[in-house]
Amino acid sequence: MIEIDKISKLYDGVAAVDEVSMTVDTATITVIVGTSGSGKTTLLRMINRLVEPTSGEVRINGKSTHSVSKTDLRRRIGYAIQGHGLFPHYTVARNIAIVPTLLGWSSEKIDDRVDELLSLFALEPDQYRDRFPAELSGGQLQRVGVARALASRPDLLLMDEPFGALDPIIRAQAQIDLRRIQQTLGSTIMLVTHDMEEAMQLGDRVAVMDQGRLVQYGTPAEIIQNPATEFVANMVGGVDRSLRLLSLFPVSEFVEDGSAEGESVEANTSLRDALSICLWTGRDALPVVQDGSLLGRVTLDAIRKRAAIS
Amino acid sequence: MIPARAGTFGLSAPGVLLALFGFASLLAPFMTLAANRIVEGKGLTAWQLAGPEVIYPGLLSIIIGLILGLFSSWPRVRLAGAVLGLAGLFWLLSQSAPQLLQGAGEYARVSPGLGFWCLLAVLILLMADALTQLSPRPMTRLGLLLTIVTVLFILLGSGALSDLSIMKEYASRQGAFYNAALRHLGLAFGSLAAATVIGIPLGILCYHHAGLRRIALPILSFLQTIPSLAMFGIMIPLLGWIASTVPAAKAIGIAGVGFAPAFLALLLYSLLPVVANMVSGLQSAPESVRDAARGMGMTLMQRLFRVELPLGLPVILAGLRIALVQNIGLAVIAGLIGGGGFGTFVFQGLNQTATDLILLGALPTVALALTAAIVMDVLVEVTQPSQSAQHTQGMPRKPS
Repeated sequence: MIEIDKISKLYDGVAAVDEVSMTVDTATITVIVGTSGSGKTTLLRMINRLVEPTSGEVRINGKSTHSVSKTDLRRRIGYAIQGHGLFPHYTVARNIAIVPTLLGWSSEKIDDRVDELLSLFALEPDQYRDRFPAELSGGQLQRVGVARALASRPDLLLMDEPFGALDPIIRAQAQIDLRRIQQTLGSTIMLVTHDMEEAMQLGDRVAVMDQGRLVQYGTPAEIIQNPATEFVANMVGGVDRSLRLLSLFPVSEFVEDGSAEGESVEANTSLRDALSICLWTGRDALPVVQDGSLLGRVTLDAIRKRAAIS
Repeated sequence: MIPARAGTFGLSAPGVLLALFGFASLLAPFMTLAANRIVEGKGLTAWQLAGPEVIYPGLLSIIIGLILGLFSSWPRVRLAGAVLGLAGLFWLLSQSAPQLLQGAGEYARVSPGLGFWCLLAVLILLMADALTQLSPRPMTRLGLLLTIVTVLFILLGSGALSDLSIMKEYASRQGAFYNAALRHLGLAFGSLAAATVIGIPLGILCYHHAGLRRIALPILSFLQTIPSLAMFGIMIPLLGWIASTVPAAKAIGIAGVGFAPAFLALLLYSLLPVVANMVSGLQSAPESVRDAARGMGMTLMQRLFRVELPLGLPVILAGLRIALVQNIGLAVIAGLIGGGGFGTFVFQGLNQTATDLILLGALPTVALALTAAIVMDVLVEVTQPSQSAQHTQGMPRKPS
């Protein structure tokens, strides 16, 4: 558990981060979202003390981040940034091995860990281990950057706009991969982005920052349904709000008994996609299947009910 | 298929220019014959030098060499042309000198004339242009340099050129020449070493402290703008005063004139390139790389030795290259204040209006500076951090 306790950062008397407090649960993804200059990156960098807070405290599993040296703290916290920051003169394997090497792991243990991570990120170890960053594509570089941040099994992974440099298709895949890997490893992740769509997609909880203040902290559904301020309402996007909300839920949660005509949809399809199929094919209900067996149906009425602000 | 190899006879623009200039140079006096080492000599064009058995092969090689340099599609042929031309040039020089001296008197001197120097420059430029086209790998370049230096030493050692005036000046000063060479190298490399020892830590400090950087770099730039003669003018009273007030300083050889002020002046001049390139070398690591290194918990020293220095090494070495080449040239001025080095001959020659003595000091300096520049360029290239897996494809691995 990460506890951020009334943390502030002043630059020349002006607060870049203003008394922010929040608690992050273990094994969840928390996304900090805001416009540029909102203080989101400063907040993230205060957690591994790349920026020293003017006041307030951060505790990881109950221990203050000031109870250990900066370098020891950072070696325990993974750090992945926009533009990956891989060392151009190190091979992929050496890049991933940086923190384990700093921690003094044995070379067999490091080699095993490098291969394990490369496989986890769908990069064939024999093929990619000895390559240099200049020989990888943007998506591959980003994956190696995240693998490097996870190498020493850190208590916490900090990510600053990790997908900022990727094109939309690769970006979507990277988000899916991150979710999968986070669930496999049970990692605790704090991620900064300016993209509300990404925040909704990835976050178990979303923290919205505006002018150095934390204006709302909650689940994506809470933030869409009850935006705390006008700023948050703007961030989640006026007319698109209902569709964004629908994209958060799979149809499996809204299955009812009964039959429906036509082609069926998978249980993990989002309500947003189901709505789109209903409109496209002119149907009022869709059959829902899971692993090839029929679960029931989802109706346009049920979707409409979920989309309305309760 | 590369069109250039398809047999088109494209003309090389620099080749044409060099050939025109080369042919014009053939009309200028190739050598001068003087009654003694001081008086002005009489110019002789290439065809007035000696008998046809000497002139024809020499002139033919030069002309063919210049013509071969015209074909832009064949860099190897152009290189061969330059080598052939140079061979002809030195053939004429070595073969005609003894013939010219015959019956010209005991004190007569022959020396290369305007035409020779122009042709030498033209053919060396042709060679450099052809080599640029071929863009040889660093180790090949080093090998070429070694070959050229060896050939030069064989040529000088063989006695084929010993009838030339400049070689006669050398013969009468052999001992002094080697002392001057050692002193020159000592001044140039010694002051570079001292500048490195001071400049590298200073550069690292400047990199970390913007305040220090804002003070140190302008001061070093200012030092660089002081003309070298003025610098010695400042050194002489300053070091003279130190020597007269601190006995220990005098004991280790500090004095107003001689080695000490020359060494100190060269040291001050070389600090700017060393420190400035140190700072920009360390800054050359991408911002995201430096941020990641910090964020992963690398200490200041780990970041310096594992990230900033390896990535900045080419820029840092380029600074040392500038300082070294600059020092080799500037060390000539040391001759003026009794600092020794090749400058001694240059200033003696100026006083005696003996051009060949000036050349005895100037030519080795130029050769030394060129050699140092080429060796350092190769070093800079070799230290480019390896950023590709060429070695996995069975190609030689660059040191990382």
